Amino acid sequence: MATYLEFIQQNEERDGVRFSWNVWPSSRLEATRMVVPLACLLTPLKERLDLPPVQYEPVLCSRPTCKAVLNPLCQVDYRAKLWACNFCFQRNQFPPAYAGISEVNQPAELMPQFSTIEYIVQRGPQTPLIFLYVVDTCLEEEDLQALKESLQMSLSLLPADALVGLITFGRMVQVHELSCEGISKSYVFRGTKDLTAKQIQDMLGLSRPAVPLQPGRPLQTPEQPVISSRFLQPVHKIDMNLTDLLGELQRDPWPVTQGTRPLRSTGVALSIAVGLLEGTFPNTGARIMLFTGGPPTQGPGMVVGDELKTPIRSWHDIEKDNARFMRKATKHFETLANRTAANGHCIDIYACALDQTGLLEMKCCANLTGGHMVMGDSFNTSLFKQTFQRVFNKGFNGEFRMAFGASLDVKTSRELKIAGAIGPCTSLNAKGPCVSENELGIGGTSQWKICSLDPSTTLAIYFEVVNQHNAPIPQGGRGAVQFVTQYQHSNTQKRIRVTTIARNWADAQSQLQHIEAAFDQEAAAVLMARLGVYRAESEEGPDVLRWLDRQLIRLCQKFGQYNKDDPNSFRLSESFSLYPQFMFHLRRSPFLQVFNNSPDESSYYRHHFARQDLTQSLIMIQPILYAYSFHGPPEPVLLDSSSILPDRILLMDTFFQIVIYLGETIAQWQKAGYQDMPEYENFKHLLQAPLDDAQEILQTRFPMPRYIHTEHGGSQARFLLSKVNPSQTHNNLYAWGQESGAPILTDDVSLQVFMDHLKKLAVSSAS
Amino acid sequence: MSVNQQAHTGPPYGQPQPGYQGYQQPAYGGQPLPGVPQSQYGAYNGPMPGYQQPVPPQGYFPSLGFPSKGSPVSLNSDTSSLAPNFIGSLRAPPTSGAPPPATGASLPSGHLAYSQFGHGDVQNGIPASAAPMQRPPASQPFLPGSAPTPVSQTSTFQQYGPPPASVQQLSNHMAGMTIGSTTASAPPPAGLGYGPPTSVPPVSGSFSATGSGLYTPYTASQGPPPTSVSQGLPLAQPPFLGQPISTQRLPTQVPGFAPPPSSTGIGPSSYPPATGAPRPPTMPGPPLSGQTVAGPPTSQPNHVSSPPPPSTMSGPHPGPPMSGLHGPPPPTHPPQPGYQMQQNGSFGQVRGPQPNYGGAYPGTPNYGSQPGPPPPPKRLDPDSIPSPIQVIEDDRSNRGSEPFVTGVRGQVPPLVTTNFLVKDQGNASPRYIRCTSYNIPCTSDMAKQSQVPLAAVIKPLATLPPEETLPYLVDHGESGPVRCNRCKAYMCPFMQFIEGGRRFQCCFCSCVTEVPPHYFQHLDHTGKRVDFYDRPELSLGSYEFLATVDYCKNNKFPSPPAFIFMIDVSYNAVKSGLVRLVCEELKSLLDYLPREGNMEESAIRVGFVTYNKVLHFYNVKSSLAQPQMMVVSDVADMFVPLLDGFLVNVNESRTVIASLLDQIPEMFADTRETETVFAPVIQAGLEALKAAECAGKLFIFHTSLPIAEAPGKLKNRDDKKLINTDKEKTLFQPQTTFYNNLAKDCVAQGCCVDLFLFPNQYLDVATLGVVTYQTGGSIYKYAYFQLETDQDRFLNDLRRDVQKEVGFDAVMRVRTSTGIRATDFFGAFYMSNTTDVEMAGLDCDKTITVEFKHDDKLSEDSGALLQCALLYTSCAGQRRLRIHNLSLNCCTQLADLYRNCETDTLINYLAKYAYRGVLGSPVKTVRDALINQCAQILACYRKNCASPSSAGQLILPECMKLLPVYLNCVLKSDVLQPGPEVTTDDRAYIRQLVTSMDVAETNVFFYPRLLPLTKADVDSDSLPAAIRNSEERLSKGDIYLLENGLNIFVWVGVNVQQGLIQNLFGVSSFSQISNALSTLPVLENPFSKKVRSIVDMLQVQRSRYMKLIIVKQEDKLEMLFKHFLVEDKSLSGGASYVDFLCHMHKEIRQLLS
Repeated sequence: MATYLEFIQQNEERDGVRFSWNVWPSSRLEATRMVVPLACLLTPLKERLDLPPVQYEPVLCSRPTCKAVLNPLCQVDYRAKLWACNFCFQRNQFPPAYAGISEVNQPAELMPQFSTIEYIVQRGPQTPLIFLYVVDTCLEEEDLQALKESLQMSLSLLPADALVGLITFGRMVQVHELSCEGISKSYVFRGTKDLTAKQIQDMLGLSRPAVPLQPGRPLQTPEQPVISSRFLQPVHKIDMNLTDLLGELQRDPWPVTQGTRPLRSTGVALSIAVGLLEGTFPNTGARIMLFTGGPPTQGPGMVVGDELKTPIRSWHDIEKDNARFMRKATKHFETLANRTAANGHCIDIYACALDQTGLLEMKCCANLTGGHMVMGDSFNTSLFKQTFQRVFNKGFNGEFRMAFGASLDVKTSRELKIAGAIGPCTSLNAKGPCVSENELGIGGTSQWKICSLDPSTTLAIYFEVVNQHNAPIPQGGRGAVQFVTQYQHSNTQKRIRVTTIARNWADAQSQLQHIEAAFDQEAAAVLMARLGVYRAESEEGPDVLRWLDRQLIRLCQKFGQYNKDDPNSFRLSESFSLYPQFMFHLRRSPFLQVFNNSPDESSYYRHHFARQDLTQSLIMIQPILYAYSFHGPPEPVLLDSSSILPDRILLMDTFFQIVIYLGETIAQWQKAGYQDMPEYENFKHLLQAPLDDAQEILQTRFPMPRYIHTEHGGSQARFLLSKVNPSQTHNNLYAWGQESGAPILTDDVSLQVFMDHLKKLAVSSAS
Repeated sequence: MSVNQQAHTGPPYGQPQPGYQGYQQPAYGGQPLPGVPQSQYGAYNGPMPGYQQPVPPQGYFPSLGFPSKGSPVSLNSDTSSLAPNFIGSLRAPPTSGAPPPATGASLPSGHLAYSQFGHGDVQNGIPASAAPMQRPPASQPFLPGSAPTPVSQTSTFQQYGPPPASVQQLSNHMAGMTIGSTTASAPPPAGLGYGPPTSVPPVSGSFSATGSGLYTPYTASQGPPPTSVSQGLPLAQPPFLGQPISTQRLPTQVPGFAPPPSSTGIGPSSYPPATGAPRPPTMPGPPLSGQTVAGPPTSQPNHVSSPPPPSTMSGPHPGPPMSGLHGPPPPTHPPQPGYQMQQNGSFGQVRGPQPNYGGAYPGTPNYGSQPGPPPPPKRLDPDSIPSPIQVIEDDRSNRGSEPFVTGVRGQVPPLVTTNFLVKDQGNASPRYIRCTSYNIPCTSDMAKQSQVPLAAVIKPLATLPPEETLPYLVDHGESGPVRCNRCKAYMCPFMQFIEGGRRFQCCFCSCVTEVPPHYFQHLDHTGKRVDFYDRPELSLGSYEFLATVDYCKNNKFPSPPAFIFMIDVSYNAVKSGLVRLVCEELKSLLDYLPREGNMEESAIRVGFVTYNKVLHFYNVKSSLAQPQMMVVSDVADMFVPLLDGFLVNVNESRTVIASLLDQIPEMFADTRETETVFAPVIQAGLEALKAAECAGKLFIFHTSLPIAEAPGKLKNRDDKKLINTDKEKTLFQPQTTFYNNLAKDCVAQGCCVDLFLFPNQYLDVATLGVVTYQTGGSIYKYAYFQLETDQDRFLNDLRRDVQKEVGFDAVMRVRTSTGIRATDFFGAFYMSNTTDVEMAGLDCDKTITVEFKHDDKLSEDSGALLQCALLYTSCAGQRRLRIHNLSLNCCTQLADLYRNCETDTLINYLAKYAYRGVLGSPVKTVRDALINQCAQILACYRKNCASPSSAGQLILPECMKLLPVYLNCVLKSDVLQPGPEVTTDDRAYIRQLVTSMDVAETNVFFYPRLLPLTKADVDSDSLPAAIRNSEERLSKGDIYLLENGLNIFVWVGVNVQQGLIQNLFGVSSFSQISNALSTLPVLENPFSKKVRSIVDMLQVQRSRYMKLIIVKQEDKLEMLFKHFLVEDKSLSGGASYVDFLCHMHKEIRQLLS
């Protein structure tokens, strides 16, 4: 453990956890002065090749308010067969099965390398996974065809015993019955009327017949599956049927008059999907997969009227409080999302349209339930097709990379309390001694529900140090946090993953350098960004930026080294050096800036930002820029306009887009066709190199990024130009004519200006 | 008419008068005094007292005789030829002397003029001079018959004319009145004078058989007697002639007609004057006649005037006489007495006589007694009271042979039971419009006084026999039909073109409108447009206009309509086999959707829905390999789940539809769902049509009370305890207003709902039927539906219902000339305002009854016009206007009104009025109101039009002599007087059914047709002669068939020959006949064939397939059967015909006193 960097890396690999601070300030006062809160990014299901699950139940602390899981940090009295809970200090008897333990015969959970351990437990009946397709039929013929093919293809990717269902919607909502033969049968609902779950179940004939039990006859248990099977059938049984059914799907037959949008009942369709699952399979893993090609135009959840002359709301409208449907629609979808979350189901949204589709209003459906959100231009694009296919990707062990119905329980030692979490989760409202009164993100609880997660799903969890200044922690004391994640594995097993970590306490006054050195600026940037984005959802953009700026300035004031009022003297230690730059790009990112983005896009970006792991999040904040040239091997270069040179090919990865940009000269060469000449094969290779690298990223990323291939002066070059630091603009003409990159036509401040300003403010004694 | 008559009569009268006076004096004087020749007169006067006091027998007999004669006369009148002949012959002799000359001259001319009218005139004749015209023609035939007497035809005619008129009057009177009174009165004298006549009565018997025979005797008798005598005789004879039908029948069948005889008796009296010096007398007559004598004279005048008319009139002719009378009436007051007289003469059938009648024939004695205690004393002889059968037979034989030409205003058409052809010459065929009266009182006072409702029964899309041409389609181009600027009446034959054709004056509101340039045409010298005959709208009573886009909803031409079949698939429906049956039938039936004209395939699209607690829609788009089912369970808020693929062209989607219909029974074979919804089903259909933006029709096959949770959910509220309480009306009212609102929506969309019900228990027809009723749909009910027995009936109904011609999204407005106004409407439709009748659908069987009220005075000159305009969408989606025009006469004399009434139509109106009344009033109140109104009608007649007679005599107008019997049938009907076995649903069903029935249907519904099958001639096509609906008429040894439009009963007497039973039922004995049969076995023998062909023939005539029920005498089912023997006392307390007649008479007497 040579450096903190390595320590951090190891920890991340082993436990999927990254803390903003790896040495913790030991008092509440000090902690608040650290500016960046004590928090961590947790990837609950981080893929661990070396972690075979154990096949028994975890041992729990017997204190009812604690129930922490036995872990390597616990003190164990092998002779007395007792263990002391490291969170509440309760002494617990080992269960009888542990009679044989000793120092040399330890169960896995006591071994230090098993700070993260996974248990397979037997809880309740195993129910197959459920996939409920909710398909918009108000699509262009071509789109619908592509979607149908994708759906048909997906049937082959599903687990054989998975249950599938199909709901289609347009003006009406149709719930297709899959079990019947001959005439295909569907239940139709009007798209303008919201129904309660009870009504939906009654109308679908799902409510249990209120037949008084006859004494002589035992309760008919098989009744339940029989009923529900009408709409949800095992894939292997109705594979053919469903393929045919999908094949026969027609565009919504209701006429759309000129100048109007098709009537699309997304709100009701989703409501019915939720109601259907709610009634039949509560608390089992299920995905509602919504495929929509436009905004909801009628009924509850309506986002825009059907008249084309009224455009869908823009940020401008929203600011002017001119989005008349937004609030109601949002409320509708929020209600749905909460219901879904309560049932442990999740909702995916696959929205493909050139215009907005109402993701802003619908986002909570995916956000609160851990579902995917995919935005594309058309279903007939590889972006959608491959992304969709990737949903069913399998992990290294041949299992689907998805888990369901997880609940995350966080336990802390006494000096810490839990302030909240930010991520694709909902609160389970578990109040307890370790829940802080101050909320950051979704707070007020020590447990969250994550209805769907995959190995990269990452939550930010914020803590509060509550140890009083006058109650010092003994030297060498460690604070501990235990994350207990119970979930339904994709193979329908119930599993529990337990991660227990501990960090040293340090007195911020005497040991500040320790704390400073143990600062994880990457994690901190992401954690702060999540807070910022979280706030941006409910606050005005400028307020959030100001808040971020203030935090940054305070951090610099706290940890910078400078002489008062002398900006030039300002220095930051290595562990903080990148942080301001992250903040600079964060301020410019689409997560906080809505300019040039539609509300849908903002929602889409934010959705992904709130669930990706640290690496991906950083890419989102500060895109990666690689340069390919004849001058050497590909190299990462500064995300700066100065990096845009004529003889370079640039590859930018913003997570959402992969941009390949040919410099001016390269572009001319390419137009001249040099790459086709045998003697210029090296040029051909140069052109090919970024393509290959891009391909690699495309292969693994979910969702699939938008792939942009452009060149100097191309219209698509804007994707690059909007990201790079505008170090050269039309305002600083001195750079003109130099071989130092391309000027960006913007009034945005450049990083240099930003830093100058920051220094000035940081050193100012006035602030 | 009246005007004309007057005009004509005026002079004639004048002339005649003198002559008449002469005659009269002698005659009258003579009559009363001398009995013999004048006997008639005498009879009249005498009768009254004579009857009572003196010994009735003789008098009666004579009276009987007369009546009989009278009746024959009337018969004759009906059949113009007969009447005239008789009259002619009869009168010829008498009149030949005097009348011929006087009238002769005038008549001829009249004849000529009238000649045109000729045919149609018969009826018109009655009204006015036209009648005379007719007679002439009629007379011609007569001439031959009477040839001997008249010198020249004309003369004869004249003679006849007058006489006929008188005769008619007489006959009419006769017929109308149960001559009883007159007869009664007359009888005695007549008896004296007619002593021979009495013999006549028997003749009368023969009468029916042969009028001539009778006449001859008369003539003979007449011959001998002086003119006056002759008059008397002629009169008597004429009456027969005039009234022929009634009288004939009466005589033939029943002496009961004796009444007519009485009338005849009267007739004679009147005749005499007529013949004698009809005209002159009339004038004086009235005044003078103040009494009976006056009557006759007046009648005479009538005759005189009528001479012409009489001839034509002769048949109906009572009418004309009346009119004639009226003519004189100008002096209304005096007239009245005069009228009475006349009427007595003519109409004056004495009901009082009823008893008399009853007795009349049978027992003159009764008479005497009757007068005193008319009603109670003795039972009337059923044969002596007016017989519907006789009336129908008479009309059939008199008017069935010649086409009914509609060119003349105010003609009374033949009865609905008569087969006749119609030639449209400017007025709508009676198949389209029938009126309660063809002569409307000029003032509302008169109308009120008479209490005769003025109503028209309109069947705008009536089916015509193949021999008649359908209304022509007229296209007036882009600007649409030419209409009056003010009242918007459509161009019609009565519009008056003026200013050389540049403008026309509206016949309804008199507003002058410019003729649009493209429509301009020059006028000929008579003021008619040159293109008069080229344009249906100028020369015909019925035609259609092609509507322009202005006449369409939303200013868009309509799409072709759609049929949606909505099948209940709940447990009951599936189990009974109904679902399978419907599906099977639809497969073939869909090829027979209504088509327009010569189109190759129907433009109608079809859709399918099944339902129980939820609805299943089917996508049967042609591109699908399999139909798709779409379940809508949100019944609280119904909608259509699909548009494209729901309504399809049959040919395009044939295979998919076939597949669907195959699979529906399978899919629901195991259903255990017993609950159904109903309102959502209609809503679904409505929404589907809305979505498709077209009109259409829903065919709903429904089995049970909709108790499932849904809008329009109903509860079982059947409660027999409510019967005869103030709350009884609730049984007819819908449970909830929900369906009314729904109906309104349906009408707005043009969504017509036809309902086929298959209940096993109460399902609240009153509520379920609301939408059907208000959208112009039909309800069919098959209680306890069983596949084996009810299948044929249901399928036939379904086929007919699907195939029949139908219009959609219809709006009907009836315009009238200033003075009257359509105020009330009855039928299956919806009205959002007070003038427009809106119907989502209107088929060829639906009838709307419209009542008119005065809001001003009418004039006799211009008469009254009706224009019924129906805007509708044809089955091919063409928007059209169907126009029916009808012109009526107006009168200032009540007698004219009574002479031109149509009892069947009247009953149609009264039944509908009463059936609507039960919604708001206790049934008893409704019944009493009906009785009261009829009593008033008859009392008014008695008071104002009939000759004075004993209060004990019941005098009925000829045209209304069946009113009591028919009214009694209405009163006894299930709705107004339910028997214990009649369910609430049945009553509601019948109530709604009757409301849209036409006259022919109500006629047979209330007075079923009873045919003795064993009397059928197996070698001919004809039906056996019907008999009256009374158990007394049934013989144990015969088999009878009874039909009322809904059911056919085959009644088998216990003593029927085994051979017949074997032939008909294929079993060897009476006891082996199964009454579970729903059809007659197909056996190869003449009798079986004949009976089956009769049944088939009847089925074809009715708009619904009738249920065949075999009833064995003394079997349980016989109770049910007896319910339809409407002349008998009914189990539920309905009075017998005789009893009711007595009751009626009592009522009238009360009113008069």
